Amino acid sequence: MNLSLLCSLTLQSMRNRKFAVILTMLSIAMSVFLLLSAEAMRKEARQSFANTISGTDLIVGARSGSVQLLLYSVFRIGNATNNIDWKSYQEITAHPAVEWAIPVSLGDSHKGYRVMGTTRDYFAHYRFGDQRHLDFEQGRAFDGVYEAVIGAEVARSLGYTVGTELTLSHGLQDTHFARHEDKPFRLVGILAPTGTPVDRTIHVSLQGIEALHIDWQSGVRSSNTVDAEEALDLDLQPKQITAFMLGLKSKMAVFRLQRAINEYKKEPLLAILPGIALSELWQLVGGAEKALLVIVFFVLLNSLVGMMSVILTGLNERRREIAILRSLGGRPSQVFVLLTMESFLFAALGCLAGLLFYFVAMVLAQPLLLSFGLYIAPLVLSVTQLWMLAGIILLSLIIGSVPGYRAYRSSLADGMSIKL
Amino acid sequence: MDEENVLNIRNLQFCWPSGQRDVLDLEALSVDVGERVFLQGQSGAGKTTLLGLIAGINHSGRGQIEVLGRSMSAMRQRQRDQFRADHIGFIFQLFNLVPYLSVLDNVTLACRFSKSRRQRAEQQSGSLNEEARRLLDHLCLDVSALAHKPAAELSVGQQQRVAAARALIGSPELLIADEPTSALDADAAQVFLDLLMSECEAAGSSVLFVSHDVSLQAHFDRTVQLARINRAAMPVQEGGRL
Repeated sequence: MNLSLLCSLTLQSMRNRKFAVILTMLSIAMSVFLLLSAEAMRKEARQSFANTISGTDLIVGARSGSVQLLLYSVFRIGNATNNIDWKSYQEITAHPAVEWAIPVSLGDSHKGYRVMGTTRDYFAHYRFGDQRHLDFEQGRAFDGVYEAVIGAEVARSLGYTVGTELTLSHGLQDTHFARHEDKPFRLVGILAPTGTPVDRTIHVSLQGIEALHIDWQSGVRSSNTVDAEEALDLDLQPKQITAFMLGLKSKMAVFRLQRAINEYKKEPLLAILPGIALSELWQLVGGAEKALLVIVFFVLLNSLVGMMSVILTGLNERRREIAILRSLGGRPSQVFVLLTMESFLFAALGCLAGLLFYFVAMVLAQPLLLSFGLYIAPLVLSVTQLWMLAGIILLSLIIGSVPGYRAYRSSLADGMSIKL
Repeated sequence: MDEENVLNIRNLQFCWPSGQRDVLDLEALSVDVGERVFLQGQSGAGKTTLLGLIAGINHSGRGQIEVLGRSMSAMRQRQRDQFRADHIGFIFQLFNLVPYLSVLDNVTLACRFSKSRRQRAEQQSGSLNEEARRLLDHLCLDVSALAHKPAAELSVGQQQRVAAARALIGSPELLIADEPTSALDADAAQVFLDLLMSECEAAGSSVLFVSHDVSLQAHFDRTVQLARINRAAMPVQEGGRL
């Protein structure tokens, strides 16, 4: 008696129980699908998180914590404790190791989206992901004082296009007093999706930020207002910024310059390496990702136990079949193989179907994922995913050996005396 | 060892691992080559247990069972399974077909466990399926209509014929039947037995036929009362096993 006979017996027996078999296989397939998708998302989310900013060697801000600095300068979360003097910015960026610098001035908002004052260098030097530059989907970079460039998500959710006028608000609240209604901005450019906080940012020039606040003192509008046209004639050179990003000519200089900035005498500053701060931050937020995987693993375990119960339930009916095979010369070990093979087939076919679901879903979901800035190669499996599939098959063999062993025992104990 | 014997049992005692006392205690039972023996016993007489021992599915440490001159207890479990596949054909009371397999697959299943039976079947008719068809035809089953039907769709009488064909294919030396007619009505049982016996004769198989139904014994060379030879018999209480 050979394996091919056992195989064909198993297949025919499963065909005979089509309905339960298909349901069980579907549940295994769904778990496999979940597990693969969760893993792909997890990996890509982590990747895209790590790629929120790239190419920047140092981020400099007022002295606080490195995670806090990263949060407000890159993720636009929370606020700076203090500002940086414009003179300090000029002094540090004059350092011979500095190749480029992007100043960042935060503090205003528009309908919940943060406004960031910067220079045109931002569009030239800011990079994310795998050293990708910012691209324009529509329009161009800002040029005039009252021009703005918005990220893809802002454009999508607010329905803005090039030419739209927007009113910025002081601080994060969009209340009447806080609005800079007298100085509206015109939208001149929309950035392509990046999957980073850039998508949720409104970019204006530093001069624009300065013009907005020229008649403001300590967070309130002063009585002698300056209108938009008049402001253009005034000195719009910023006095303070919130943070700045540095690109260095040589990576060798990073630590030297970092120490120099941290020991800067004129004001307390903090320089951080974005990669290190990002991984610190990931340690804080990455727990959810592991929780997700654990849950999915239990879903999988659940369907495998379901598979075992389907096989075990069928086992009583199959004792007759087993007794027949025994009477024809079948060995108890073959009975064991017969039952365990069934679990194997369940798992193997479940995995195949799950893979199919996964591939189809990834191809279909590609545009949606891209809009979140997640790029998952649709028809490729990672090594981890392959290990997962192998693990599922192995686990199913272990779980499947339970009914196999029970059949083995009963085929020894029952002999031929099955009378139903 | 007696060359004339297909089956030779001496001083056999058996008790189930979970049981307190012996179910079987036989001094002697033998079946000669070509002989057709009717083993008659009420339920609880230990019939099925005895057949399991002869077939080598169960295993007793005490006493001696020789089939075709070979001692079952001297064989390993694996050898016993192979020996059964090669030399013994079985017919059960009922439900003895694999329900989801077709009639032909059920019959030829017996040869899949045994090379020698397969060879003999092929010698007989050229191929396994041909031999299965020939046997089914001889047992008065409408082969052309039923060959590819799943066994579960057959009537009880038809199933019993398929089971008989499966037991006979490849001409095993010993055919053991365990109450094969109890699901058939009296007339059908007589017809079935006639067909079975003539096929056994053609195949040269010896027969050990177990039944409680005394009316069938006319078909056999000899009748043995299990209750008489089994010193451990406890009728009624012990219905088969457990």
